[in-house]
Amino acid sequence: MAMVDSTRELEQSDTTPIGWEGRTAKEMLEESERLFAETGSYWGIDGELELQREDPIRYEKLFSRLRGGLVSARATALNISASPIVTELGELSFMLYTPEGDSVALSTGIIVHVHTASEAIKHMIRQNYEENPGIGPGDIFTNNDALIGDVHNADVLTMVPLFWEEELIGWAGAVTHEIDIGAKTPGSVPVGPINRFEDGIDLPAKKIGSGDELFADHVEAGKRGTRTPMYWTLDERTRVAGCHMVREAVERVILEEGVDTYKRFSREVIEEGRRTFKNRLMQITFPGRYRSAAFTEVPFAMEEQLPVYARTDSMMHAPTELTITRDGVLEFDYDGASGWGYHSMNCTPSAMQGAIWVQFTQTLIPNDKVNDGAQLGVRTNFPPGTWTNHSNPNASTGISWWFLIPSFTGFIKGLSRAMQARGFIEEVLAPYAFTSNVFQGGGIDQYGGQSATTNFGLSCVGGGAKMVLDGLDYGAAMWNPEGDMGDLEMWELIEPFLYLGQRVKASTAGSGRHRGGSGYETLRLAWKTPMYEMQNITHGLTHCHSGLWGGYPGSAGYRHNVRDTNFFELVEGGQEYPTHDGSPEDSNVERLITGRADFDQHTVTLPEVMSQGDLYVCVYQGADGLGDPLERPAKAVAEDLNGGYVLPRLAESVYAVAASEGADGSWTVDEGETETRRAARREERASAAVPVREWMEGQRTRILAHAEEGGGDFIAPVQRMYAESIRLSERWAGEYREFWGLPEDFDFPVPTPTVDLSKAMLAAQAAAEGAAASNGGGEA
Amino acid sequence: MRVDEQMMADLIDEKLSRDTVRSIQSGFKDPDRFDTYVAVLQSRVSWDERILMPFGEHLYVVARSDGSRVIKCDCGHEFCAPEENWKLEALIHVRDTEEKLLEIYPKMMHGHPDWEEIREFFCPGCKTQLEVEAVPPGYPVVHDFVPDIEGFYEGWLGREVPAG
Repeated sequence: MAMVDSTRELEQSDTTPIGWEGRTAKEMLEESERLFAETGSYWGIDGELELQREDPIRYEKLFSRLRGGLVSARATALNISASPIVTELGELSFMLYTPEGDSVALSTGIIVHVHTASEAIKHMIRQNYEENPGIGPGDIFTNNDALIGDVHNADVLTMVPLFWEEELIGWAGAVTHEIDIGAKTPGSVPVGPINRFEDGIDLPAKKIGSGDELFADHVEAGKRGTRTPMYWTLDERTRVAGCHMVREAVERVILEEGVDTYKRFSREVIEEGRRTFKNRLMQITFPGRYRSAAFTEVPFAMEEQLPVYARTDSMMHAPTELTITRDGVLEFDYDGASGWGYHSMNCTPSAMQGAIWVQFTQTLIPNDKVNDGAQLGVRTNFPPGTWTNHSNPNASTGISWWFLIPSFTGFIKGLSRAMQARGFIEEVLAPYAFTSNVFQGGGIDQYGGQSATTNFGLSCVGGGAKMVLDGLDYGAAMWNPEGDMGDLEMWELIEPFLYLGQRVKASTAGSGRHRGGSGYETLRLAWKTPMYEMQNITHGLTHCHSGLWGGYPGSAGYRHNVRDTNFFELVEGGQEYPTHDGSPEDSNVERLITGRADFDQHTVTLPEVMSQGDLYVCVYQGADGLGDPLERPAKAVAEDLNGGYVLPRLAESVYAVAASEGADGSWTVDEGETETRRAARREERASAAVPVREWMEGQRTRILAHAEEGGGDFIAPVQRMYAESIRLSERWAGEYREFWGLPEDFDFPVPTPTVDLSKAMLAAQAAAEGAAASNGGGEA
Repeated sequence: MRVDEQMMADLIDEKLSRDTVRSIQSGFKDPDRFDTYVAVLQSRVSWDERILMPFGEHLYVVARSDGSRVIKCDCGHEFCAPEENWKLEALIHVRDTEEKLLEIYPKMMHGHPDWEEIREFFCPGCKTQLEVEAVPPGYPVVHDFVPDIEGFYEGWLGREVPAG
C-alpha cells in the first residue's frame, strides 16, 4: 500500500474542473437546481430574455441552426443502421443538452427519450463521473438502465460530452430502439422476465469510449449479449456517428457566434421553453382537477414456466389525477396506483417522465421549439412501491410500455376536458389505442440462422376520436409522433413469416358520435422455419380505458394461432386459403384451416414455438370513441359499413341505424327510419337503466361481502388490485371507503406480497438515511 | 387564427373543410376563444341561465338567478353543483355479462366481465349517453372534473365570475 501511495503522489493530477468559470459539472448542476428552487425560473433568469430581446432574428436563427443540425444528424446517421425499426420507422432521436443535462433542442423521432437521457446525464454528474471514470473530450457514454434514466433496456442511449477550450459546453445525446435486447425471451419488449436480471443487456451509465472510438471490450460485449449482433453493432455506430455530427453543428455555431453567445442562448432558450409551456397551459386549458382511471391485465396464472410466486393473475390500476393550478403548473399524481409485480411491466419515474414528455409534444407543445423548459412547468408524484415507481433494484422493466400506454390516456382525457372547457374543440381527443398486438419472437429464421424480431406494425394503431373528426385510422403510436408501420417486404426479409394479407379490422374502433381510429389485422404464415418462438401481447380481458363523453372504448383483442395446419394441402390442391381472419364471429381461418388452434382471449403469452405452415393472426387495436353513438350521422355509419370499419350487426345494435345491403354489396341507410329507431332506443335506455345512487346501494353490499376471507364475488386479481392501492395509499383508501360507505378499517383480506416487501425496503431505506443524516449532523 | 362566432358555429357543426380545421389546429390560438365558444353555445340552448363554462358534450356549468351554480344538460335537466360528481345523479346501465357486451362488441373482442364492466351514464332528462366507464367491478364512480371557476375567471381572465 505504501508503495502504491507514494507512486500516486508522483503522478500528475489533472483536477481542473470541466464546468464553467472554474466549477465542476456537479457544482453547476447544484447551482442550477438551487436557483430554480429559489426563483422558479431556469438559472434564475428573470425579466426579459436579453439575447432574444437584443436580436430576435439572430436568436431564432441560432435555434434553427442547432435544430437543423440535430434533424440532419438523424436523417443521415440512420442510414448506418440495418434495423428496420431504425431505418424504416425512425425509432431514433438526437438531442442537445446543457452541461447539467437539460435539453436545449431535439430532432424528430422517438423523442420520448429527450428527458430520460437528461436523467442519465444528471445521474453521471451527481455520481461524480467527472472524477471517475472522467468526462473528457472524445469520451462516449451509454445508458439503458431505467432506474437511472430510461424506459426499458431496449432503448439504448449514447451520450457524448461537448467541449470548447477545455470547458464542458454540453452533451449530444442519441437513442435507438433495439430489435432484440438479449433478454430472457426474444425481442425488444420481453414478456417473460420477472426480475431485472432477465431484462437483457444492462448498461447502467457507463463510459464506453474515448478519443471518439468505442472501447473494443464494450463492442465485443454487445455482440455477445444479443440475438441480433449485426443490428446492435450498427445501431450503436448510428448513435455515435450522429452524436459526432451534432457536435460539429454546435462547433460551427460557436465558431460563428462565439462561445459566450452560445452559453447565454442555451440557458435563455430553456427558460423560454418554460415560459412558453406555462403560457400555453394558461392559454388553452381550464384550471381544476381532472381524474381518470386505466387498467390492464397481467394474466400469468396459467404460465407453468414461471416460478410459483410469479405465476399469478394481476391487474394494474392507474388512477391519474391531473391538476392545472391557478399559477399555471401542471401536476401529475398517481397516488393510489397498484403495486409493482414479478413481471416485466413495472415502471420507474424516468419512464413516467418520458411518457409525459412525448405526450406533451403531441398536445400542449406540438411544435419544433421544444426542450426541457416544459419539464420545469410540471410537478409529479409517483409513489414509491407502486408500479409507477417500483423502487426495487431487482424489479423488471422489460415492457414498461404495457403499463405506461394505458395509464397516460388519463392525461389525454384530462387535457381534452380542459381544452373543451376553454373552447378549443379542434384539439380535443379521446384516448388512443394500445399499441398492440406485439408480433414478437425469435428462433431459427428462413436463412437457417438464429434471429429475433419485434414487428413495429404496432406503431400504427388507431388514434383517438376527435371532437370534430373521427380518429386517425391505423396510423398512430402514442410513444412516437411519427408512427409508421414500415414496409411489409422489409419485415418479410427479417422474419420467417410471410404476409398472407393485411386489412382493416372491423369494430376494433370504439363507437361514438365520432368513432375512434380503426385498427387492422395481418395474417402471417410461418415460412421456412423449423422453430420460432412467438408471443401474443395485447389486452384481451380488459378495454384498459374509456372513451370520452359517451364514446365506447376500442375493442379488446383476441388470439388466433393455428399450428400443424393444412395450409400447404390447400395450396397444392388449388383450394381457397385464408388471407385474413375477418370477424371472429365468422372467422375465415377457422372456416378454411384445420390444425391445433389457440382461438381465445388469452392474449398475453410467453413464447411458444411455431414452424413452417403455422398461421398467426395479428390484431392491431382501434382507439376510443367520443360522444353518444346515437348521435353519429347515419351516413357516417353507412361509410363505416362500406369501408369495413364496423360489423353490420353492430351498426344496428350500437348506432341504431336502419341499414340495408344492396345487390352490389354496398350499404345504404334510411335516415327517417333511423331517427325512429333512435328515439325508441332512448326509451329503452330509460327502462333498462337505474338511478346511480340506487345502483350504488347494491354495489356497496356486494363489496362489503369481501370483508370476510373467501367472501364476495370479485376475482382474485381484482381484489388484490384494490388491496394494493388501499395499502399503498391512505388517501386513496380513505376515498374508497368514503365513496362506498365502508367501515374505516375495510380492506380486501388477500395477500399483497410486493407491497409488503416494498414497505419493508422503504422503511429500511428511511432508517438508513436517518442514521446517515444524524451521523452527518454529529460531525458538523 | 381568429375564429369568429360564425366560424365557431361552423366548427361545432362540422361544416368546415378539413383544410380549414387543420389551419385552426396549427395556427395561433385566439385569446378570446372562450367567450366566442360560450356565446355560440348560449345562443343554442333553450333556457335562460347564463353559461359559466362548457362541461363536456351537452353539459354546462350555469349561474342560476339566485347566484348558485349547477351542472345543466342542454335538454334542461339539472344535476348538481359543479364541485359535485354529476354522474351520481344520472341513470346507469352496466354491461357486466357477455350477452350485454356482445351488443357493443364482436364475439371475443370485448373485455371479460369478471375483470371489467362497461358503465353507461345517461341524462335522466333526454337519455343521452353522457359518459362511459370501463372499470373493474367495485370501482368508485370516477369524478372526472372539478373546475376551478374562480381561479379561471379572476386569475386567468382577470374579471369577476358572472353572477347569472
